[in-house]
Amino acid sequence: MAAEEGKVDPMKQFQVEPLFGSESWEIAGFNIAFTNSALWMAITVVLIWGFVFVGMKRELVPGRWQMAVESFTGFIDDMLEANIGKEGRKYVPYVFSLFMFILFANLLGLVPVGIIPSVHAYTFTSHFTVTGVLAAISFSIVLIVGFWKHGIKFFTLFVPHGTPVVMIPAIFVIELFSFLIRPFSLALRLFVAMMAGHVLLKVLSSFVIDGMNGGIGTSLLVATPSFVLMIAISALEILVAGIQAYVFALLTSLYINDAEHLH
Amino acid sequence: MDPVSAALIGAGLAAIGAGMAAIGVGNVFGSFLESALRNPGAADGQQGRLFIGFAAAELLGLLAFVVAMILIFANPAA
Repeated sequence: MAAEEGKVDPMKQFQVEPLFGSESWEIAGFNIAFTNSALWMAITVVLIWGFVFVGMKRELVPGRWQMAVESFTGFIDDMLEANIGKEGRKYVPYVFSLFMFILFANLLGLVPVGIIPSVHAYTFTSHFTVTGVLAAISFSIVLIVGFWKHGIKFFTLFVPHGTPVVMIPAIFVIELFSFLIRPFSLALRLFVAMMAGHVLLKVLSSFVIDGMNGGIGTSLLVATPSFVLMIAISALEILVAGIQAYVFALLTSLYINDAEHLH
Repeated sequence: MDPVSAALIGAGLAAIGAGMAAIGVGNVFGSFLESALRNPGAADGQQGRLFIGFAAAELLGLLAFVVAMILIFANPAA
Protein backbone atom coordinates (compact mmCIF):
# COMPACT_ATOMS: atom_id res chain seq x y z
CA MET A 1 0.00 0.00 0.00
CA ALA A 2 2.03 2.97 -1.20
CA ALA A 3 1.51 6.33 0.45
CA GLU A 4 0.35 9.20 -1.70
CA GLU A 5 2.54 12.18 -2.47
CA GLY A 6 3.25 14.42 0.54
CA LYS A 7 2.16 11.88 3.13
CA VAL A 8 4.41 10.31 5.73
CA ASP A 9 4.79 6.63 4.97
CA PRO A 10 5.42 4.88 8.32
CA MET A 11 6.94 1.85 6.58
CA LYS A 12 9.57 3.71 4.55
CA GLN A 13 11.97 3.81 7.52
CA PHE A 14 12.36 0.04 7.34
CA GLN A 15 13.48 -0.03 3.72
CA VAL A 16 16.82 -1.67 3.13
CA GLU A 17 18.72 0.36 0.57
CA PRO A 18 22.14 -0.33 -0.92
CA LEU A 19 24.59 2.46 -0.08
CA PHE A 20 27.28 1.31 -2.48
CA GLY A 21 27.46 -1.74 -4.63
CA SER A 22 24.66 -2.71 -6.94
CA GLU A 23 22.54 -5.53 -8.27
CA SER A 24 25.56 -7.03 -9.98
CA TRP A 25 27.35 -7.67 -6.69
CA GLU A 26 26.28 -11.23 -6.26
CA ILE A 27 27.54 -14.37 -4.57
CA ALA A 28 25.57 -17.52 -5.39
CA GLY A 29 22.53 -15.48 -6.38
CA PHE A 30 22.50 -13.33 -3.24
CA ASN A 31 23.06 -9.60 -3.44
CA ILE A 32 25.95 -8.51 -1.22
CA ALA A 33 25.74 -4.74 -1.74
CA PHE A 34 26.59 -2.72 1.38
CA THR A 35 23.21 -1.59 2.71
CA ASN A 36 22.14 0.91 5.35
CA SER A 37 21.34 -2.10 7.54
CA ALA A 38 24.94 -3.29 7.27
CA LEU A 39 26.20 0.25 7.92
CA TRP A 40 24.26 0.54 11.18
CA MET A 41 25.40 -2.90 12.27
CA ALA A 42 28.98 -1.82 11.66
CA ILE A 43 28.41 1.40 13.64
CA THR A 44 26.91 -0.63 16.50
CA VAL A 45 29.86 -3.01 16.60
CA VAL A 46 32.39 -0.15 16.50
CA LEU A 47 30.58 1.66 19.32
CA ILE A 48 30.42 -1.45 21.52
CA TRP A 49 34.07 -2.18 20.81
CA GLY A 50 35.02 1.39 21.71
CA PHE A 51 32.83 1.38 24.81
CA VAL A 52 34.32 -1.84 26.15
CA PHE A 53 37.88 -1.05 25.02
CA VAL A 54 38.05 2.26 26.92
CA GLY A 55 36.84 0.46 30.04
CA MET A 56 39.41 -2.34 29.78
CA LYS A 57 42.35 -0.46 31.30
CA ARG A 58 42.08 -2.62 34.42
CA GLU A 59 42.90 0.17 36.83
CA LEU A 60 42.96 -0.82 40.47
CA VAL A 61 40.65 2.06 41.29
CA PRO A 62 38.14 2.00 38.45
CA GLY A 63 37.19 5.27 36.84
CA ARG A 64 33.67 6.09 35.73
CA TRP A 65 34.02 4.48 32.33
CA GLN A 66 35.47 1.26 33.68
CA MET A 67 32.66 1.21 36.26
CA ALA A 68 30.10 1.47 33.48
CA VAL A 69 31.59 -1.42 31.51
CA GLU A 70 32.05 -3.54 34.63
CA SER A 71 28.48 -2.95 35.73
CA PHE A 72 27.30 -4.27 32.36
CA THR A 73 29.48 -7.39 32.51
CA GLY A 74 28.60 -7.85 36.18
CA PHE A 75 24.91 -7.58 35.35
CA ILE A 76 25.14 -10.35 32.73
CA ASP A 77 27.39 -12.40 35.02
CA ASP A 78 24.86 -12.19 37.85
CA MET A 79 22.00 -13.05 35.54
CA LEU A 80 23.73 -16.22 34.28
CA GLU A 81 24.82 -17.14 37.79
CA ALA A 82 21.25 -16.82 39.05
CA ASN A 83 19.65 -18.71 36.16
CA ILE A 84 22.20 -21.39 35.29
CA GLY A 85 24.51 -21.60 38.28
CA LYS A 86 28.28 -21.73 38.15
CA GLU A 87 28.26 -23.52 34.78
CA GLY A 88 26.74 -20.34 33.43
CA ARG A 89 30.04 -18.47 33.61
CA LYS A 90 31.24 -19.85 30.29
CA TYR A 91 28.29 -18.31 28.46
CA VAL A 92 29.06 -14.77 29.68
CA PRO A 93 30.93 -13.76 26.49
CA TYR A 94 28.07 -14.84 24.23
CA VAL A 95 25.20 -13.45 26.29
CA PHE A 96 27.11 -10.23 26.95
CA SER A 97 27.76 -9.70 23.23
CA LEU A 98 24.14 -10.51 22.45
CA PHE A 99 22.81 -8.14 25.10
CA MET A 100 25.11 -5.26 24.14
CA PHE A 101 24.49 -5.72 20.42
CA ILE A 102 20.72 -5.61 20.81
CA LEU A 103 20.81 -2.81 23.39
CA PHE A 104 23.07 -0.58 21.30
CA ALA A 105 21.11 -1.34 18.12
CA ASN A 106 17.80 -0.48 19.78
CA LEU A 107 19.14 2.72 21.28
CA LEU A 108 20.97 3.79 18.11
CA GLY A 109 17.71 3.54 16.20
CA LEU A 110 16.27 6.18 18.54
CA VAL A 111 19.13 8.66 18.14
CA PRO A 112 17.66 11.64 16.26
CA VAL A 113 20.27 11.74 13.51
CA GLY A 114 17.42 12.53 11.12
CA ILE A 115 17.81 16.26 11.89
CA ILE A 116 20.87 16.17 9.60
CA PRO A 117 19.50 16.30 6.04
CA SER A 118 19.61 13.06 4.06
CA VAL A 119 20.83 11.06 7.07
CA HIS A 120 18.34 8.47 8.28
CA ALA A 121 18.43 6.49 11.48
CA TYR A 122 17.86 2.83 10.90
CA THR A 123 16.92 0.19 13.47
CA PHE A 124 18.12 -3.12 12.12
CA THR A 125 16.58 -4.99 15.08
CA SER A 126 13.21 -4.11 13.55
CA HIS A 127 13.86 -6.71 10.85
CA PHE A 128 12.94 -10.34 11.28
CA THR A 129 15.98 -11.47 9.30
CA VAL A 130 18.33 -9.90 11.85
CA THR A 131 16.52 -10.95 15.02
CA GLY A 132 15.86 -14.35 13.44
CA VAL A 133 19.57 -14.95 13.00
CA LEU A 134 20.26 -13.89 16.60
CA ALA A 135 17.53 -16.23 17.85
CA ALA A 136 18.84 -19.03 15.62
CA ILE A 137 22.32 -18.65 17.15
CA SER A 138 20.86 -18.85 20.66
CA PHE A 139 18.77 -21.87 19.73
CA SER A 140 21.74 -23.62 18.08
CA ILE A 141 23.77 -23.16 21.26
CA VAL A 142 20.94 -24.75 23.24
CA LEU A 143 20.78 -27.71 20.84
CA ILE A 144 24.56 -28.18 20.60
CA VAL A 145 25.11 -27.92 24.36
CA GLY A 146 22.13 -30.14 25.10
CA PHE A 147 23.12 -32.97 22.77
CA TRP A 148 26.84 -32.60 23.58
CA LYS A 149 26.26 -32.88 27.32
CA HIS A 150 23.36 -35.30 27.55
CA GLY A 151 23.36 -37.09 24.21
CA ILE A 152 20.08 -38.85 23.49
CA LYS A 153 18.97 -38.20 27.09
CA PHE A 154 18.35 -34.60 26.01
CA PHE A 155 14.92 -35.77 24.86
CA THR A 156 13.91 -36.31 28.49
CA LEU A 157 13.61 -32.50 28.51
CA PHE A 158 10.25 -33.04 26.85
CA VAL A 159 8.96 -35.39 29.55
CA PRO A 160 8.92 -33.68 32.97
CA HIS A 161 9.57 -35.79 36.06
CA GLY A 162 6.58 -37.68 37.41
CA THR A 163 4.50 -37.56 34.25
CA PRO A 164 1.93 -40.42 34.32
CA VAL A 165 2.72 -43.02 31.63
CA VAL A 166 -0.59 -42.51 29.83
CA MET A 167 0.14 -38.81 29.48
CA ILE A 168 3.68 -39.20 28.11
CA PRO A 169 2.84 -39.13 24.35
CA ALA A 170 0.62 -36.03 24.68
CA ILE A 171 3.04 -34.19 27.00
CA PHE A 172 5.97 -35.07 24.75
CA VAL A 173 4.30 -33.55 21.70
CA ILE A 174 3.22 -30.41 23.57
CA GLU A 175 6.65 -29.89 25.13
CA LEU A 176 8.36 -30.54 21.81
CA PHE A 177 6.26 -27.87 20.11
CA SER A 178 6.79 -25.37 22.89
CA PHE A 179 10.51 -26.05 22.55
CA LEU A 180 10.55 -25.68 18.77
CA ILE A 181 8.52 -22.46 18.88
CA ARG A 182 11.14 -20.76 21.09
CA PRO A 183 13.42 -19.27 18.42
CA PHE A 184 10.39 -17.82 16.62
CA SER A 185 8.90 -16.24 19.71
CA LEU A 186 12.33 -14.92 20.68
CA ALA A 187 12.93 -13.31 17.30
CA LEU A 188 9.35 -12.14 16.82
CA ARG A 189 9.19 -10.40 20.20
CA LEU A 190 12.23 -8.21 19.57
CA PHE A 191 11.40 -7.44 15.95
CA VAL A 192 7.75 -6.53 16.55
CA ALA A 193 8.44 -4.53 19.70
CA MET A 194 10.97 -2.39 17.85
CA MET A 195 8.89 -2.08 14.70
CA ALA A 196 5.68 -1.18 16.56
CA GLY A 197 7.36 1.64 18.46
CA HIS A 198 8.92 3.13 15.34
CA VAL A 199 5.68 2.89 13.36
CA LEU A 200 3.83 4.60 16.21
CA LEU A 201 6.37 7.44 16.30
CA LYS A 202 6.11 7.93 12.53
CA VAL A 203 2.30 7.93 12.61
CA LEU A 204 2.34 10.56 15.35
CA SER A 205 4.88 12.61 13.40
CA SER A 206 2.54 12.54 10.40
CA PHE A 207 -0.19 13.94 12.70
CA VAL A 208 2.19 16.74 13.69
CA ILE A 209 3.19 17.56 10.10
CA ASP A 210 -0.32 17.43 8.66
CA GLY A 211 -1.70 19.33 11.65
CA MET A 212 0.83 22.13 11.24
CA ASN A 213 0.08 22.34 7.51
CA GLY A 214 -3.67 22.49 8.21
CA GLY A 215 -3.61 25.95 9.79
CA ILE A 216 -3.64 27.46 13.28
CA GLY A 217 -6.70 25.50 14.47
CA THR A 218 -5.35 22.03 13.76
CA SER A 219 -1.90 23.14 14.91
CA LEU A 220 -3.18 23.75 18.42
CA LEU A 221 -5.77 20.98 18.49
CA VAL A 222 -3.90 18.14 16.78
CA ALA A 223 -0.23 18.91 16.26
CA THR A 224 0.66 20.12 19.77
CA PRO A 225 -0.87 17.18 21.71
CA SER A 226 0.62 14.74 19.20
CA PHE A 227 4.04 16.28 19.67
CA VAL A 228 3.80 16.02 23.46
CA LEU A 229 2.71 12.40 23.06
CA MET A 230 5.67 11.79 20.73
CA ILE A 231 8.08 12.94 23.44
CA ALA A 232 6.40 10.64 25.97
CA ILE A 233 6.43 7.69 23.55
CA SER A 234 10.11 8.33 22.80
CA ALA A 235 10.84 8.02 26.53
CA LEU A 236 8.81 4.81 26.59
CA GLU A 237 10.77 3.55 23.58
CA ILE A 238 14.06 4.01 25.44
CA LEU A 239 12.60 1.87 28.23
CA VAL A 240 11.39 -0.73 25.73
CA ALA A 241 14.82 -0.81 24.06
CA GLY A 242 16.40 -1.74 27.38
CA ILE A 243 13.68 -4.20 28.38
CA GLN A 244 13.73 -6.05 25.06
CA ALA A 245 17.51 -6.45 25.15
CA TYR A 246 17.22 -7.70 28.74
CA VAL A 247 14.37 -10.08 27.92
CA PHE A 248 16.28 -11.53 24.94
CA ALA A 249 19.34 -12.17 27.11
CA LEU A 250 17.23 -13.49 29.99
CA LEU A 251 15.29 -15.96 27.85
CA THR A 252 18.51 -17.09 26.15
CA SER A 253 20.01 -17.82 29.56
CA LEU A 254 16.86 -19.71 30.61
CA TYR A 255 16.98 -21.84 27.47
CA ILE A 256 20.67 -22.55 28.00
CA ASN A 257 19.77 -23.58 31.55
CA ASP A 258 17.38 -26.16 30.10
CA ALA A 259 20.18 -27.52 27.95
CA GLU A 260 22.65 -27.61 30.85
CA HIS A 261 20.42 -29.16 33.47
CA LEU A 262 17.44 -30.66 31.61
CA HIS A 263 14.58 -30.38 34.10
CA MET B 1 -17.75 -7.08 1.12
CA ASP B 2 -14.63 -6.48 -0.90
CA PRO B 3 -11.41 -8.02 0.42
CA VAL B 4 -9.66 -4.69 1.07
CA SER B 5 -12.27 -3.31 3.44
CA ALA B 6 -12.64 -6.73 5.07
CA ALA B 7 -8.88 -6.76 5.69
CA LEU B 8 -8.98 -3.27 7.19
CA ILE B 9 -11.83 -4.26 9.51
CA GLY B 10 -9.85 -7.35 10.48
CA ALA B 11 -6.81 -5.20 11.22
CA GLY B 12 -8.96 -3.00 13.43
CA LEU B 13 -10.29 -6.08 15.24
CA ALA B 14 -6.70 -7.21 15.82
CA ALA B 15 -6.25 -4.08 17.93
CA ILE B 16 -8.52 -5.76 20.52
CA GLY B 17 -5.69 -8.26 21.00
CA ALA B 18 -3.26 -5.43 21.71
CA GLY B 19 -5.65 -4.07 24.34
CA MET B 20 -6.00 -7.53 25.91
CA ALA B 21 -2.21 -7.81 26.11
CA ALA B 22 -2.22 -4.43 27.87
CA ILE B 23 -4.52 -5.95 30.52
CA GLY B 24 -2.16 -8.90 30.81
CA VAL B 25 0.99 -6.80 31.17
CA GLY B 26 -0.78 -4.56 33.67
CA ASN B 27 -1.75 -7.65 35.65
CA VAL B 28 1.83 -8.91 35.70
CA PHE B 29 3.30 -5.66 36.99
CA GLY B 30 0.32 -4.91 39.26
CA SER B 31 0.50 -8.28 41.00
CA PHE B 32 4.26 -7.95 41.31
CA LEU B 33 3.98 -4.53 42.92
CA GLU B 34 1.24 -5.70 45.24
CA SER B 35 3.25 -8.60 46.54
CA ALA B 36 6.51 -6.64 46.51
CA LEU B 37 4.95 -4.15 48.93
CA ARG B 38 3.88 -6.99 51.20
CA ASN B 39 7.34 -8.55 51.27
CA PRO B 40 9.94 -6.11 49.92
CA GLY B 41 12.80 -8.39 50.94
CA ALA B 42 11.76 -11.09 48.46
CA ALA B 43 10.96 -8.67 45.62
CA ASP B 44 14.44 -8.32 44.09
CA GLY B 45 14.86 -12.07 43.77
CA GLN B 46 11.73 -12.35 41.65
CA GLN B 47 12.62 -9.74 39.06
CA GLY B 48 13.69 -12.35 36.52
CA ARG B 49 10.32 -14.08 36.82
CA LEU B 50 8.61 -10.70 36.54
CA PHE B 51 10.20 -10.10 33.16
CA ILE B 52 9.52 -13.63 31.95
CA GLY B 53 5.84 -13.09 32.75
CA PHE B 54 5.96 -9.70 31.10
CA ALA B 55 7.57 -11.16 27.97
CA ALA B 56 5.01 -13.94 27.72
CA ALA B 57 2.05 -11.58 28.11
CA GLU B 58 3.53 -9.00 25.76
CA LEU B 59 4.27 -11.51 23.00
CA LEU B 60 0.57 -12.19 22.46
CA GLY B 61 -0.16 -8.50 22.03
CA LEU B 62 2.70 -8.22 19.57
CA LEU B 63 1.27 -11.16 17.64
CA ALA B 64 -2.00 -9.24 17.32
CA PHE B 65 0.00 -6.32 15.95
CA VAL B 66 1.69 -8.63 13.43
CA VAL B 67 -1.72 -9.87 12.29
CA ALA B 68 -2.85 -6.28 11.75
CA MET B 69 0.34 -5.40 9.84
CA ILE B 70 0.03 -8.46 7.61
CA LEU B 71 -3.59 -7.62 6.85
CA ILE B 72 -2.75 -4.02 5.92
CA PHE B 73 0.62 -4.27 4.19
CA ALA B 74 1.00 -7.87 3.02
CA ASN B 75 -2.56 -8.97 2.47
CA PRO B 76 -2.61 -12.00 0.16
CA ALA B 77 -6.28 -11.44 -0.78
CA ALA B 78 -6.14 -7.75 -1.63
